[in-house]
Amino acid sequence: MSWLVPLPVILPMLGAGLTLALYGRPRMQKAVSVTTLSAVLAVSATMLVIVSSGPLVAEVGDWPAPIGIVLVVDRLSALMLTVSATVTLCVLLYSQAQGDDKESAPVSIYHPTYLILTAGVSNAFISGDLFNIYVAFEVLLAASYVLLTLGGTRERIRAGSVYVVVAITSSLLFLIAIAAAYAATGTLNLAQMAGRLQEIDPGVRLVIAMLLMLAFGLKAAVFPLSFWLPDSYPTAPAAVTAVFAGLLTKVGVYAMIRTRALLFPDSGGLDDVLMWMALATMIVGILGAVAQDNIKRLLSFTLVSHIGYMVFGIALATSEAWGAAIYYVVHHITVQTALFLVTGLVERYGGSTSLTRLGGLAKAVPLVGILFFIPAMNLAGIPPFSGFVGKLGLIQAGALVGTPIAYVLIGGSVVTSLLTLYAMVKAWNKAFWQPAPRPLPARKVPAGMVMPAVALVVVSLGLTVAAGPLYEYTTRAAHDLAERDQYITAVFPDGVPDDGATDVARPAPASGPDLGQGVRP
Amino acid sequence: MMDTTPNLTLVVVIAVLTAGGVYLLLERSLSRIVLGIILLGNAVNLMILVAGGAAGSPPIVGLSDRPMSDPLAQAMILTAIVITLGLTAFLLAMSYRSWQLNRHDEVQDDVEDRRIARLAAQDHPSVSGADTDENMDLDSEAAETHDETDEGTEGRKEVRP
Repeated sequence: MSWLVPLPVILPMLGAGLTLALYGRPRMQKAVSVTTLSAVLAVSATMLVIVSSGPLVAEVGDWPAPIGIVLVVDRLSALMLTVSATVTLCVLLYSQAQGDDKESAPVSIYHPTYLILTAGVSNAFISGDLFNIYVAFEVLLAASYVLLTLGGTRERIRAGSVYVVVAITSSLLFLIAIAAAYAATGTLNLAQMAGRLQEIDPGVRLVIAMLLMLAFGLKAAVFPLSFWLPDSYPTAPAAVTAVFAGLLTKVGVYAMIRTRALLFPDSGGLDDVLMWMALATMIVGILGAVAQDNIKRLLSFTLVSHIGYMVFGIALATSEAWGAAIYYVVHHITVQTALFLVTGLVERYGGSTSLTRLGGLAKAVPLVGILFFIPAMNLAGIPPFSGFVGKLGLIQAGALVGTPIAYVLIGGSVVTSLLTLYAMVKAWNKAFWQPAPRPLPARKVPAGMVMPAVALVVVSLGLTVAAGPLYEYTTRAAHDLAERDQYITAVFPDGVPDDGATDVARPAPASGPDLGQGVRP
Repeated sequence: MMDTTPNLTLVVVIAVLTAGGVYLLLERSLSRIVLGIILLGNAVNLMILVAGGAAGSPPIVGLSDRPMSDPLAQAMILTAIVITLGLTAFLLAMSYRSWQLNRHDEVQDDVEDRRIARLAAQDHPSVSGADTDENMDLDSEAAETHDETDEGTEGRKEVRP
């Protein structure tokens, strides 16, 4: 079934080409995009079931493993693919219903760009090669630059310039890490690097690990690399912000957990640094959220803050913690996207997202009120929602590790959860509960916008209902991550190519004369 | 064992390009940032070239008895060059758009910074007037305010619409 593996990348790419050819025919474009993303969702869901009997590996262009690029789907990748496909499909339907709203109306290039973004995200999740991950990042980032600056208004150009420069800087850092890793190991195939990195000097390994974490941390918006996010996300159209908030930072988190587990099983002290960064991310992020009086900005800060939970889980570096972190990623993607979509509904109805202007929405549009309330409470971690399950899992994993710093982090995460509740209740009270200071424009909210938001909220509730099986699944995914062997054997069924004799990352070592391509120390 | 000693000239060039790139990246004007990114991108490309080991004969099997160069490093550089080219074009377009809209291409202040400056001004009346204006909306204040590192911005205020 390995022919399924490249489909989540190929289908959106083909769809992007097709929608570009259909320039100026919005209905056809919409049909193509929706079909494509539904197909991606179906493929991802199929793989979610299949991978329980072992990872799927596809060799691109039929080049055998270390020479060509491999695409690997294990439990973690399949889960991330499925969630991202669900979210992108919902957001696409939502953005299509926005209709004649000038500020956020999708233009003709919206569809191709959006599909390219999906392709890049999928590629990042399934790639088994470090350089290919870089290319995937560039694909999704290039699409995100276009989406963020759609229309080229003054405000978006301002936000876009910060975003683009920061993203390019992080990509350059990633490239430096790749150069260092290649110089040290002579390969960029993740499975092969996993073995070779253990043989090199620990100091060099730490440098590579730090460079990679720096690059991914910048993408994932980990404090102190997070300041670009609340400044750039809120200005984009609601649908774009929703998909960015849900997926783009999580791609960084995914890359962190993948490299941490596969390449650096012994972190060499990096975990302690990550712990403190996680704590600072949580606390600083949520304090920023408390101070905001605009829902979009407030949500951007909670996004930063809750990245801290995932980094906390990664840094604990036990199988339980990773399981909880993966569950938290799934929960957070759905909930954060749902909240941004609902904020878009609020903006549509009330003409603003400023808490000082809004009011009385719970009475005026009760459905939107419910749609906001459920994910807001979910985000704050009120039982029985999935946010509670995820946080509980992380806290348990922290207590199992039991080091002093783990307990500090547990305290920090509880405080953050409480402050999230405060920020959310503040938003709820001001926008939904208390009467509006001035009458709101009360524009009609199209049903086509409400339905995708409802769907995502239902999915987030489904994460609670299905918490048992899902948590078991993420625990197994984390177990696979910690084991490492399964991934490596899947890529190299005949054993990892022997280092000294055949350095197969290099060209045809057996057939040529002395190529002088030994493995480096 | 191949020769893994890096070429000193390349290392020096990488260092100079990186230093220049980082300096330009920290500037306020987008066009200088673009130049900085180009320099940094080239530095990283050279770094990958160094990572590929010493130069050798063309990587075609059977062409020569000498050790061959590592083609993978060059393939990666090619990819990186293409990506940097695309992003540079996008950044240039963005700085041109910024110039169209604002008659300058400077990255403006973070709105959050302005908010904090305003809060500080509210707490201490003596600070107000110096850096923040109550009557101005926060976004336009962020657009108007520049730090004093760039002398050239002073005269440009009149040109702005």
